[in-house]
Amino acid sequence: MINPILTISNLTKRFGGNAAVSSINLDVMRKETMAIIGPNGAGKTTFYNMVSGRMQPSEGNITLDGKDITGLPPHKISRLGISRSFQINNIFPEMTVQENVEVVLSAFHGHSRKLFNIASRNTGIQQEAVELLKRLGVDSLKDQRAEVISYGDKRLLEIAMVLATRPKLVLLDEPTAGMTPEETRRTTRLIKSLADSGDYTFLITEHDMDVVFDLADRILVMHRGEKLFAGTPAEVKSHPEVRRAYLGEDEDEDEVTEETGA
Amino acid sequence: MKIKILWALLTLVIAGLIAVPWIVSYFYIFIFTEILILGLFAVSFNLIFGYTGMLSFGHAAFFGIGSYAMALMLIHLEWPFVVSLLVSMGASALLALIIGFFCVRLNEVYFAMLTLAFGMMVFAIAYQWRSVTNGSDGLAGFSLGSFGLGLDLTLANPAVYYHVVLAIVVIASAVLYLICRSSFGMILRAIRQNHERVSFAGLNVRTYRLVAFVIAGSFAGLAGGLMAPFLRVASPELLHWSMSAEPILMAILGGTGYFLGPFVGSAVFVLLETWITSFTESWMLVLGIILALMVIFFRKGLLGTVLDWWMEIKK
Repeated sequence: MINPILTISNLTKRFGGNAAVSSINLDVMRKETMAIIGPNGAGKTTFYNMVSGRMQPSEGNITLDGKDITGLPPHKISRLGISRSFQINNIFPEMTVQENVEVVLSAFHGHSRKLFNIASRNTGIQQEAVELLKRLGVDSLKDQRAEVISYGDKRLLEIAMVLATRPKLVLLDEPTAGMTPEETRRTTRLIKSLADSGDYTFLITEHDMDVVFDLADRILVMHRGEKLFAGTPAEVKSHPEVRRAYLGEDEDEDEVTEETGA
Repeated sequence: MKIKILWALLTLVIAGLIAVPWIVSYFYIFIFTEILILGLFAVSFNLIFGYTGMLSFGHAAFFGIGSYAMALMLIHLEWPFVVSLLVSMGASALLALIIGFFCVRLNEVYFAMLTLAFGMMVFAIAYQWRSVTNGSDGLAGFSLGSFGLGLDLTLANPAVYYHVVLAIVVIASAVLYLICRSSFGMILRAIRQNHERVSFAGLNVRTYRLVAFVIAGSFAGLAGGLMAPFLRVASPELLHWSMSAEPILMAILGGTGYFLGPFVGSAVFVLLETWITSFTESWMLVLGIILALMVIFFRKGLLGTVLDWWMEIKK
């Protein structure tokens, strides 16, 4: 807990004249679960895209475990230990659930360079894939085609794929978005148990405040691309500006912000 | 169980193919040779199309270079057949590495257009560099010489040449099939379905596409290397862009989802062409109608549709 796993300094992304993310400074500590909240258009996903290499920052630096990773391509950042999920399900639809995880595991273990092994007899990777699916509680679906399983199960499958690279830092982008209340509860419980296991450091964006206050050790509040406040859930709940900018807003105002701030 | 039946069927087909010269007329030995060579060409194409999801409009460049390399080797060096064939493969692999280096950076339609552009350039060079390629006439007048590997084969005999082609095509296809079933092959399928997810799993997608492109190109070169001695000429038509369309049509006709689909497509394509052109000039019209029907009603191609149907009913 002494030195941070991820250090963000002055991170900025401009599209034309608009700053989608501006001058964010943030330290994420080892094994903590940090949540990023903010209305739609606050810049959460842009922030994620820069940290995971999907977008180049306009300014600023990202340091993972003491190594500068600013502007590296996604595959290099993945190799260095950041793994992410997406807001929209991002899986291999025509493969089975188990194969989806196997793809990521073969990539991680370097089997993907083997031209003449037989992938379907790679028992080590198969066992590891089943273990991961068990951890997410979706191992009973392992032989189903990924495109036919339920939306909530797809999101859990994606978390299994994210964890398959044994990341130092896990970025989850709205893991419960679009889930039924029951699926949300199940997913929250799962993420909590993964966080409690002490194996992972999580950075989570989430709209559902119950989920956020349930999971997060610390919360970063973003508003119009800027860092409004960072602190513990209790501090966030009592912070007047945060209440005004985000927590106090009802659904309708939220959508207005989405249109103007996007 | 079903898989075993399929393997038994495949063994029967190969046994049938071995027996072809003793069963069919002289004319059909040529037809079957062509089916096998174009089938290998189409299967190599399907590694990047059906498996990796890259639609190349320039695959004939590698087929054609293989043919030219083979013809040049036979004319100038007179090395054994097998050695010349390996050199042809190498020449195509090198060309695929150069062209692929630029093309794999692009996606979808831009990739397709760039492969088309490179294909046209290669055609133009072969067409105009007369001192080496003999221009529009192409390279002819080579003798086939010895086979190599200590085998005494009369390659000029169409039946012997057919068996040589059959053996090489079966071995080459087996190698390609193993690649498709490997972990590398699984990554290629993953790239087709969602290339972004693969890069977030830590792989450089461009490198994987390039390796697939080079493998496909070298096997197209092998097919081309078999084509020149069969036609007794290596001519610019072999690397014309219309030749690049043939493996696309064959893969779609047979089915891109199954490894052997393009072979079925090649057989249908060559046989229909032979039969239909014997009584009408409008082969392209018939082919067009068949393709339209396939794309609208049988997306999985002939083999794909049959196998899927069979898997369903015998569950």
